[in-house]
Amino acid sequence: MTEFLQQLLNGLSLGAVYALIALGYTMVYGVLRFINFAHSDVFMVGAFAGYYLNRWMPSDSMAGGLAILAGSMAFCALLGVVIERLAYRPLRRRSRLNVLITAIGVSLLLEYTGQFLFGAAPKPFPQLFPVRTFQFAGGLIVSTNQLAVLVLTPLLLAALHFIVLKTRFGTAMRAISFHPVAATLVGINLDRVISFTFALGSALAAAGGILYSLNYQSIDPLMGVLPGLKAFVAAVVGGIGNIPGAALGGLLLGIIETFVNGSRWSTATDAIAFALLILILLFRPAGLLGKLEVEKV
Amino acid sequence: MNAPASPLLELRGCTIRFGGLTAVSGLDLAVGERELLGLIGPNGAGKTTVFNLITGVYRPAAGNIRFAGSSLAGLRPCQIASLGIARTFQNIRLFPSMTVFDNVRVAFHLHLLSGIAHALWRGRTFRAEEESIESRVMEMLEIFRLGRHRGAAAHSLPYGDQRRLEIVRALATRPRLLLLDEPAAGMNPSEKSELMRLIRFVQERYRIAVLLVEHDMHVVRGVCQRLVVLDYGVKLAEGVPEDVLRHPKVVAAYLGEQNTPRRAPAAPAES
Amino acid sequence: MMPGRRFLLLLGAVAAGSVLSLQSHRINPYFLDVAVTVAINVILAVSLNLINGYTGQFSLGHAGFMAIGAYIAASTTMFWAPGLLPAASSPGFIGMAVFPAALLAGGLAAGLAGILVGAPSLRLKGDYLAIVTLGFGEIIRVIFRNLESVGGALGLNGIPACTNLFWTISMAALTIYAVTSMVHSTYGRGFTAVQDDEIAAEAIGINTTRYKITAFVVGAFFAGIAGGLYGHFKLSIDPRGFDFMKSIEIALMVILGGMGNTVGVIIAAILLTLLPELLRPVAEYRMMLYSFLLILLMLTCPQGLFQPRFFRRLLSPFLRGSAAPAEDPPRPA
Ligand SMILES: Nc1ncnc2c1ncn2[C@@H]1O[C@H](COP(=O)(O)OP(=O)(O)O)[C@@H](O)[C@H]1O
Ligand SMILES: [Mg+2]
Repeated sequence: MTEFLQQLLNGLSLGAVYALIALGYTMVYGVLRFINFAHSDVFMVGAFAGYYLNRWMPSDSMAGGLAILAGSMAFCALLGVVIERLAYRPLRRRSRLNVLITAIGVSLLLEYTGQFLFGAAPKPFPQLFPVRTFQFAGGLIVSTNQLAVLVLTPLLLAALHFIVLKTRFGTAMRAISFHPVAATLVGINLDRVISFTFALGSALAAAGGILYSLNYQSIDPLMGVLPGLKAFVAAVVGGIGNIPGAALGGLLLGIIETFVNGSRWSTATDAIAFALLILILLFRPAGLLGKLEVEKV
Repeated sequence: MNAPASPLLELRGCTIRFGGLTAVSGLDLAVGERELLGLIGPNGAGKTTVFNLITGVYRPAAGNIRFAGSSLAGLRPCQIASLGIARTFQNIRLFPSMTVFDNVRVAFHLHLLSGIAHALWRGRTFRAEEESIESRVMEMLEIFRLGRHRGAAAHSLPYGDQRRLEIVRALATRPRLLLLDEPAAGMNPSEKSELMRLIRFVQERYRIAVLLVEHDMHVVRGVCQRLVVLDYGVKLAEGVPEDVLRHPKVVAAYLGEQNTPRRAPAAPAES
Repeated sequence: MMPGRRFLLLLGAVAAGSVLSLQSHRINPYFLDVAVTVAINVILAVSLNLINGYTGQFSLGHAGFMAIGAYIAASTTMFWAPGLLPAASSPGFIGMAVFPAALLAGGLAAGLAGILVGAPSLRLKGDYLAIVTLGFGEIIRVIFRNLESVGGALGLNGIPACTNLFWTISMAALTIYAVTSMVHSTYGRGFTAVQDDEIAAEAIGINTTRYKITAFVVGAFFAGIAGGLYGHFKLSIDPRGFDFMKSIEIALMVILGGMGNTVGVIIAAILLTLLPELLRPVAEYRMMLYSFLLILLMLTCPQGLFQPRFFRRLLSPFLRGSAAPAEDPPRPA
């Protein structure tokens, strides 16, 4: 029982990170209908930003850790906006395939630049928050790092929820994903909303990068590839373009993966994530919460 | 004039719903061999939906459809096409990236003798068949005055030409029944009269039945031997054009509203 | 029966391959290496082009098919053939007789997997299909990682060196021949029809299911052959070599070449293979430059590098086969 709870907890904290990354994929997909492949590398840059920020102003308190988190989120928000401006905007009227390939190019560029600047070898990720472990009744152990994930992720999700549902930008975002042409006709500034979406998604990816690294304690320039891919799977499972779906898919994937990892099929963890994806899509082609768009003939 | 005794196509009690909307409700419809039947009704009456039911794009919730004596229930659109039903679409669906020639050529695929193996070996049989298809495609394109466009990409054609090309493509499958969904939409008067001539001509020449959906009453009168009127998915009237078009219910539901802004008759309607 | 002129072109390429192969001891080994890699990538790109470019099914699982071909072919030459007939273990016999059978076995196994991977394309489109095929590719990789009989995560070593210029050039020529011949026929225009409009295709009697699965099976078959060549060229394979980045690399060749344009795709495959080699002198910046150039290419020529018209005019004297190429206006009747 304790072991089950412990695994569930581990799964939730992994799933929370997937959810944070998946949100970025889903939001960008919502407004632009394309897979931002470089998103997983923004996640990596977020982790490295945290690493270097901590080198300049080492954190030993809760507040210091949060400041570093905020700094890294701000940096990545800017990075996201710049990437969209330089690489994706010129192609907006082109086929989605073109943008997809450009995104792959950006992804590779970030990875190789990372290898060039930071070196290919893994670096130990520092403790940003004071290290402590809490022992609960029944032997359940929670570290500050896990606690950070489990507390910060819901907060970030709540903030996102507020932004998307209650602010003008959020309303504009939803309008665009609902009907881009109509949205521009009623005077919504497409460029600004898209920039904003990239900023938001990238900031969340940065948060994900730091929270992920806190628990894995090692970072390298290719660290984004696999979590990014999984998070994308999560977004698709939840129904891409659908924000609650991305969160749900992320949590689901994190939990399932953790349980599989703890079982005797651990070497097949990655395959099982994808097998799940294939099954869900075959039975619900639009994902768990997505709506199927039926073509009128 | 009544429904034919042993029809080529027969719908019995066909019903389909989209969410809460009953788009077609308990429809009986029969098309005789080599008949020119018009299916008319205001926008949203369910005419296109009837085409989609016949061609297997949608499945009826109730009722059945028989073609040439056998049931179409459960068949895929491509199987229905291979039985001899071809159609055009209200919002033109050509193969935009392919040439005019290829749009028609690919429709010969149903009656092809050679398959992958022949295409790979490229022997005499294959070449003979490709050549004969080529000449038949050109012949059909010439009939519809599209021959000079044969190398152009289909999407680059003017609107009226695209509509005619869609008809040629449908004919190339060698159908026994041709379904035309608003073929005159967006055409100018001279194109329309040519279209009428062509519909009558291909019906004669290829000995096929035609089910025509059309808003232009001049075209309908000029082509159809019999009319069925649909409104809100229900059959309102049926018979020879003169009678049907004077029928009070039809006038109320359909012709009457040509004076009201509910529908602009000549505008190409969406979906 | 007389084969078409295209067929003679194919035979010509095979003959050229064998001559080159016989003279290969005179060729700088580095160039030989690059040439084999180029030819393998051409096979991969042209076969993916049938799925992505002509049939419009965005697949990111091509490396998975390659992995199947590589492992099955290697197992054939290393374990199965010597097990079946012990006499078959002399290097010469393996090179000349067992190897082609091994390639065929690898291709067939991959083609079989193509049915499985192609099946979701019946329900899914676009990005969803891309991610599912990517998932299949990853699953295939994980399966090999867990198969201890083929080396598991360590990979399979000591594969006999059977791949040479003759086999790679012949197989590349065969792939190009097969894909272009299929597509340039009345039957084959159905692939493009499926890509352009599935509903219209069904309406003229095209069985879209059959076409999609055929594209996947044929594409996978040749990817499997490429995998077999790759394994017997590198002499050791491991699951990491077939990850989704490899699939993406192949998809890049197809897109840069201009979807559904075989000549363009061939050239893109050659260029994208050579580009990292050409950038070798600036070793440190090499991959950064590579990705930067990729972005630049997409921004400056989004239609693909190679407009078919230009190349068709350039190559028209060589390409005129028994039937006019499909993109060409047909000859007057
Ligand atoms: N795929 C669909 N989903 C939902 N509603 C549909 C669909 N197809 C048709 N309808 C509805 O069914 C009704 C009949 O449409 P249609 O057959 O296109 O009319 P017509 O062709 O007579 O103008 C309309 O109200 C239309 O909105
Ligand atoms: Mg209609």
